[in-house]
Amino acid sequence: MKAALLTLALLVAAGVTPARAQIALPPYEARVTDLTGTLTAQQQAALEEKLGAFEARKGAQIAVLVLPTTEPEDIAQFGIRLAEAWKVGRAKPDDGVILIVAKDDRELRIEVGYGLEGALTDVTSHRIINETIAPLFKQGDFYGGINAGLDQMIRIIDGEALPAPDQKWKPDPGGGLPWPLLLIGGFMLASFLRPLIGRLPAAGVAGAGGAGLIWLITSSVLGAAGAGVGLFLFTLLFGFGGGMGYGGGHVFRDRGGRGGFGGGGFGGGGGFGGFGGGGGGGFGGGGASGRW
Amino acid sequence: MRKLVLGVVAVFAAFGTSGCGYNKLQSQDEAVKAAWSEVVNQYQRRADLVPNLVATVKGYASHEERVLVGVTEARAKATSIQATPELINDPAAFAKFQAAQGELTQALKSLLVTVERYPDLKANENFRDLSAQLEGTENRITVARNRYIDSVREFNVTVRQFPSNITANIFDFDVKPNFTVENEAAISAAPAVSFDSSTPSQSTTPVETPQPAPAQNPPAN
Repeated sequence: MKAALLTLALLVAAGVTPARAQIALPPYEARVTDLTGTLTAQQQAALEEKLGAFEARKGAQIAVLVLPTTEPEDIAQFGIRLAEAWKVGRAKPDDGVILIVAKDDRELRIEVGYGLEGALTDVTSHRIINETIAPLFKQGDFYGGINAGLDQMIRIIDGEALPAPDQKWKPDPGGGLPWPLLLIGGFMLASFLRPLIGRLPAAGVAGAGGAGLIWLITSSVLGAAGAGVGLFLFTLLFGFGGGMGYGGGHVFRDRGGRGGFGGGGFGGGGGFGGFGGGGGGGFGGGGASGRW
Repeated sequence: MRKLVLGVVAVFAAFGTSGCGYNKLQSQDEAVKAAWSEVVNQYQRRADLVPNLVATVKGYASHEERVLVGVTEARAKATSIQATPELINDPAAFAKFQAAQGELTQALKSLLVTVERYPDLKANENFRDLSAQLEGTENRITVARNRYIDSVREFNVTVRQFPSNITANIFDFDVKPNFTVENEAAISAAPAVSFDSSTPSQSTTPVETPQPAPAQNPPAN
């Protein structure tokens, strides 16, 4: 009873005190991060290459972290904190996985992103840990365990339908649009029209055109309305100071502005095989933990 | 002309309505709802696992009736509460929901403690899969609850802060109930209990008050 109360008090204290001495999260700078010196440079490079090739082929991202301990958090708490910081995997399919090995705790965890929870289920993760990785870890073969575990995860994720890897850097609608470019382009178009048809009509045309374009691209009514009003006001406002003095350059500038519309939105894909960090993958605590 | 500029600024301010926090309230309200539905989802997922789990345990430990009945009853109580979106605007209903789920958490923990005595059951593949799923689901619940707690905290700050509190008042936004720390501790507490005693305390515990469960359980020692 006393012990239970003490535990309760400790837990309450731990929950209330904001400054818990959580260990600092390592930066996500490579697919394989070993803070314990367990893996040799060669082994690390081999795993890195395997995961890089997999990501280039499939698009899903797997990261490995070997660290001494996750204390005072348990490995699941640490895992979700790490996942939220690293954002392994692509944003939309949420296809990231992290294999965490806390060496001194003799604990490991497979943290699975939302998009892979259907393939790498809790049960599958649990089995990979207990039937593949843990037996090898018990023999002290950390590289072998990690390697075999990754092979299994890769085989399972390969069976899952995911977006092709070249869509890696495609921005989600609206979020990745070059808003400033669009506005400037619209403004330039408007300032070209203004001397021709007058300030107010030009502002109207610019506003309506901008809104229509944004609506076409993002199908977001709110964004379209915002852009429309913004452009309308911009065009009106910049009519005050006696014009900006655009003369013959208008047509040219207008083209330059419109170049921003077409090209800016969908920037090129990331280099395959190269490491681009986390892509914004979301995690919700799926996966499994285990011991050896 | 200056008037015009001022007018434009006023239009901008009205359009953005950022000054009064109305949009902030709206978006945070939505964030709370989204976080809440994830919590409910995960609780539902757990409730769905329970019948299978109970059936599997029964096959090996049918005479552990008290624990099995405790789990089944706690599940029935938890699922009898309709987790509608309105629930998060009603502190009393929220507390009830929370208490019922907390009870199921405790019942499941005692079930898992009981299972420790049955090596055959623990070796059963079906049971191992189910307990892996249960463990994963409990972890998802923890994550969803933490995210809900954060979203409610943000929302409540906006509701209370000046000047958005005025907007909140006008549009009838009230602070939302959150998972309490006591309950949080109860739910994340390790089961330090062995259920050898034969007192059938499980089925008689009151549901209405969200008491921290450890205060109820240790007497069973």
